Amino acid sequence: MLATAIVMFREVLEAALIIAIVLSASKSIAGRGRWVGAGVVLGLAGASLVAVLAAKIAASYSGNGQAVMNAVILLSAVLMLTWHTVWMSAHGRELAAELSAVSVDVQTGKRPLAALLIVTMAAVMREGSEAVLFLWAIAAGGEQRVAMTLGGAAGIVAGVLVGLLLYRGLLRIPARYFFSVTGWLIILLASGLAAQAAGFLNQAGLLPALGNTVWNTSGILSQSSIAGQLLHILVGYVARPSGIELVFYGATLLIILSLLRVQQRSRMRGAKGRAATGVSA
Amino acid sequence: MSFRILSLSMLSAVLLQAAVASAADAVPVLTINAQQFVPQALTVPAGVKQKLIIRNTGTIPAEFESYDLSREVVVPARSEVTIYIGPLKTGRYQYFNDFNHAMQGTITVPAAGKGN
Repeated sequence: MLATAIVMFREVLEAALIIAIVLSASKSIAGRGRWVGAGVVLGLAGASLVAVLAAKIAASYSGNGQAVMNAVILLSAVLMLTWHTVWMSAHGRELAAELSAVSVDVQTGKRPLAALLIVTMAAVMREGSEAVLFLWAIAAGGEQRVAMTLGGAAGIVAGVLVGLLLYRGLLRIPARYFFSVTGWLIILLASGLAAQAAGFLNQAGLLPALGNTVWNTSGILSQSSIAGQLLHILVGYVARPSGIELVFYGATLLIILSLLRVQQRSRMRGAKGRAATGVSA
Repeated sequence: MSFRILSLSMLSAVLLQAAVASAADAVPVLTINAQQFVPQALTVPAGVKQKLIIRNTGTIPAEFESYDLSREVVVPARSEVTIYIGPLKTGRYQYFNDFNHAMQGTITVPAAGKGN
């Protein structure tokens, strides 16, 4: 029963933490709850579909279908997180300021609501399909079925609770640091997911490993430990990273940071222009 | 699906592999039955990208996972998946069934020269 709880906890945790980060990072965007909620529902539907088609997916791409699919799901989440971060850095502060003001009439371009939906859906779908298959495995497994189902339910509840705790904790960050903390969390999360995608593409034989174990810190912080697992989800910690994982991690980090830099520069130029014409920002 | 066709296609796949690979080594198959991985201890050579077939003969889905190899793949009931591991350094790499942690095994990579 405990073993079942732990497995379900781990499957749910990743999605829960990603959703917590995304929800808090977008707290000033009106209507985000609905979009994230829709993402969860679509993700669960997608996860069930993937679980049902698991055998077909596994057999596709000469036995590599699953790894390819995981990589695609992860990379689309990375893209959406990138869009979200860059958009929030452009409009987040104004949005927060306007929300605290009386009228909420923001016309600052396309809001990344679709990004929220797709990130949530991707997170739930990826972990959810494994959770569904696992539950199927216990449901089919005869003895101790009730105890194990209870354990699975306890694991789900615990995973959601930890996500909720992180969300509450993030919301408590003082407004001054809020955007930089959640922004960094999303950037590191995206880089970690990109590295995971690289791992799957390497597993499928589509990308070279570029050194299978570039370093090994499993003696210091094992990836199977709770801390190791949390760090793996949050910032992409891998005890024995391969070269290709490092390349994807670093490239994602660099790309998002440069996009932010470019965008920040254009905003500063805009602010200077406004100041010159006497319009206060 | 007919077993004969399946085994024929597997045989031809193995033959093709043998023809392509100069080492003529067949792709190792790791079978998951209802209780355990077979074989529980697998040896693969050092320094090469190794193809591995994981076949689940049971009626329950399994997930082959290894932190040491950073590999993770769901193996649905009565089906098989292909993964690539390595090139690996000499050492022992543990793996397990994430859906049933009682099922564990190791992949051993012997020192170069001995394994090839």
